Amino acid sequence: MSLNCKDLLGLEHLDKKDLQLILESVKPFKSLFTRSVKKTPTLIGKTVVTLFYEPSTRTRTSFEIAAKRLSADVVNISVGASSVVKGESLIDTGKTLEAMKADYVIIRHSLSGAPEILARNLNASIINAGDGFHEHPTQGLLDLYTMYEKKKKIEGLNVLLVGDILHSRVAKSNIWALTKMGANVAVAGPPTLIPPKIESLGVKVYYDLDEAVKRADVVNILRIQLERQQENLFPSVREYVELYQLTKERLGNAKPNVLVMHPGPMNRGIEISSAVADSSNAVINEQVTNGIAVRMAVLYLLKPSKTANKKQAALN
Amino acid sequence: MRQLNDRLIWAVNVTFNGTVKMSLQIKNIRIVDPSQNKDFVGDLFAENGRIVSKLSSVPKTVIDGSGKIAVPGLIDVHSHLREPGQEGKETIKTGTFAAAKGGITSVLCMPNTKPVIDNAPTVEFILFKAQKEGVVNVFPIGCATKGSLGEEISEIGVLKKAGIVAVSDDGSPVSSSQIMRRTLEYAKMFKFPVISHSEDKELSKNGVMNEGKNSMILGLRAIPRQAEEVMVARDIMLAELTGGFLHIAHVSTAGSVELIRQAKKKGVNVTAETCPHYFTLTDDIVKLYDTNTKMNPPLREQIDIDAVKAGLSDGTIDCIATDHAPHMQEEKNKEFDIAPFGIIGFETMLSLVLNELVDKKVLTLSQAVEKMSVNPAKIFNLEGRGSLKDGSFADITVIDPEYSYRFTKESIVSKSKNSPFIDRTFKGGAVIVAVGGKIVYKAA
Repeated sequence: MSLNCKDLLGLEHLDKKDLQLILESVKPFKSLFTRSVKKTPTLIGKTVVTLFYEPSTRTRTSFEIAAKRLSADVVNISVGASSVVKGESLIDTGKTLEAMKADYVIIRHSLSGAPEILARNLNASIINAGDGFHEHPTQGLLDLYTMYEKKKKIEGLNVLLVGDILHSRVAKSNIWALTKMGANVAVAGPPTLIPPKIESLGVKVYYDLDEAVKRADVVNILRIQLERQQENLFPSVREYVELYQLTKERLGNAKPNVLVMHPGPMNRGIEISSAVADSSNAVINEQVTNGIAVRMAVLYLLKPSKTANKKQAALN
Repeated sequence: MRQLNDRLIWAVNVTFNGTVKMSLQIKNIRIVDPSQNKDFVGDLFAENGRIVSKLSSVPKTVIDGSGKIAVPGLIDVHSHLREPGQEGKETIKTGTFAAAKGGITSVLCMPNTKPVIDNAPTVEFILFKAQKEGVVNVFPIGCATKGSLGEEISEIGVLKKAGIVAVSDDGSPVSSSQIMRRTLEYAKMFKFPVISHSEDKELSKNGVMNEGKNSMILGLRAIPRQAEEVMVARDIMLAELTGGFLHIAHVSTAGSVELIRQAKKKGVNVTAETCPHYFTLTDDIVKLYDTNTKMNPPLREQIDIDAVKAGLSDGTIDCIATDHAPHMQEEKNKEFDIAPFGIIGFETMLSLVLNELVDKKVLTLSQAVEKMSVNPAKIFNLEGRGSLKDGSFADITVIDPEYSYRFTKESIVSKSKNSPFIDRTFKGGAVIVAVGGKIVYKAA
């Protein structure tokens, strides 16, 4: 079995069947981790390039480990933010990697749509490791898998996303995956950080976090970027903490077995209190472990052939 | 492509070989001239650059116009020819070729060249170049403020003497209400419009597409309709205050249409234009991050298309213009955020108007010609244009309503190829174009 596409650009483009296939494929890879030899020869002889235009430690490392456990050769490239504007064009960089016979290019970019540009111009499989405010599909998948693993189902789950929804690619990928799988998704945050028309994706909007957590089976907390305060999207960190930090107290209003998730890196004491981050409800470290298994599954399931490219077909 | 260019080059040589006496007869053609309220089949004559009722001798050129329609040459009131300064994108030569191919016989060009058109020598340079290398009439628009910086009114009187037909800071709209007030007030004595590219730059800051469901899904920073509408409202109020003559550029939203409609009802001296993409495309087509769908104002939604069409049909919107904005492939072939705003439009305007407005019964052909020729000539005081009556300049666009073609990238005459309409199929377009009685374009 494999996904009928060359690239993973966003979860918007996957259907329920695809998501189920991915969920089912993760487990065997995860079981590998407890063995003494954590490797399979699946991608032996393949070259995986991580092309990161934004600093990232955990996502890049996670992809690197995933690819290495599949026996691929991995090359990491970091490009400074300034060269997005001044340096070589993205397409030229992509073509260079293609000339070096990269089979997979995993791209992280500060601008939405950058992976789409690569996918359109390259034969290699493109995996979006986060683009601008658009999507972060493997994060969405690992969140989905973690919920599935812990709650044994997705359908009917009440999932709450908290914080800066407007600038969050993680939120977007979560929403696509969860709504397709039948979960009830809600978001909570200040109105300035909730994008317009988000309700059209089947999402309920709360401004009051206390109210929002009551029904949640899962609370997924997003990292707040402190520079948003300079853009006048909220008045001060102090007020943000006051209104939106997930504290023990607030968690007390939720179901006792509520799952607390965070894509990391956490701002402890800002969007999440240390007590919550370290509580038994939190599955933040397991998300990291699952991330590797999910990324292995994605690398395994993509079909690196141009003819199978769904999107190309849609373009014609 | 080669054939087409050869044809055009041939046309240039014929056009500008001095003061050769010309005479032209187009036989058996349907003549649609809203300036005279005429729509009939007959012959059209031109001699020495002007329309005449009768030729003084045997015509040098005779064309059979059966099945075709002659209309007053189209006038595009909003374009960017990029020369001087950005000849990689377009030149006066290539731009006017492209205009001719699209049935356009006169273009008004915006002042955001390098240097900007805030001084007489730049106006003179453009007019000289147009005379020497252009195939259609070129009318420069001058800067409203010096350097288009929005700080001091430009020397509008000097610029007018040099040949401008309006003032505008176009893409760098005057943000200070006081300066805009003064500009509208001062320009009154020149009896031509101040063109407002209505955009509140604070509200649109960093935005690259329309604010709505699609921008949310794509994760692109957005420009709300209100960024346009608050400035349309402000400038209407300032026109009301000063009695100045305001022309609103490229109307893209339902709210703007309504504001202009109300202003006209009140008797404010305001006119408006829209562009073919604002009555044809929605922001749904941004989906693949195709930078040929990125322009300013951005593509909106269906309700806006409907409102723009209603505004065209009830006379709220006076003109249809292209906002022809050429950009090189290497500039456009980038991440959506970084790529420049703008699309080319000369070669598709007429066909889009025919297919989207006339065929769909939003406008009659006569009304369409009004918006693309008669009204532009009136608003910008282009005497002797926008009409086929005796004595007018013999600027003629011959339309073949049966002319079917696919708009391919290879067929584009403009130096830049940034169009969202590539590979669209059209029915109806310009097949013969005459400027001053000389044929500058003939479809192959």
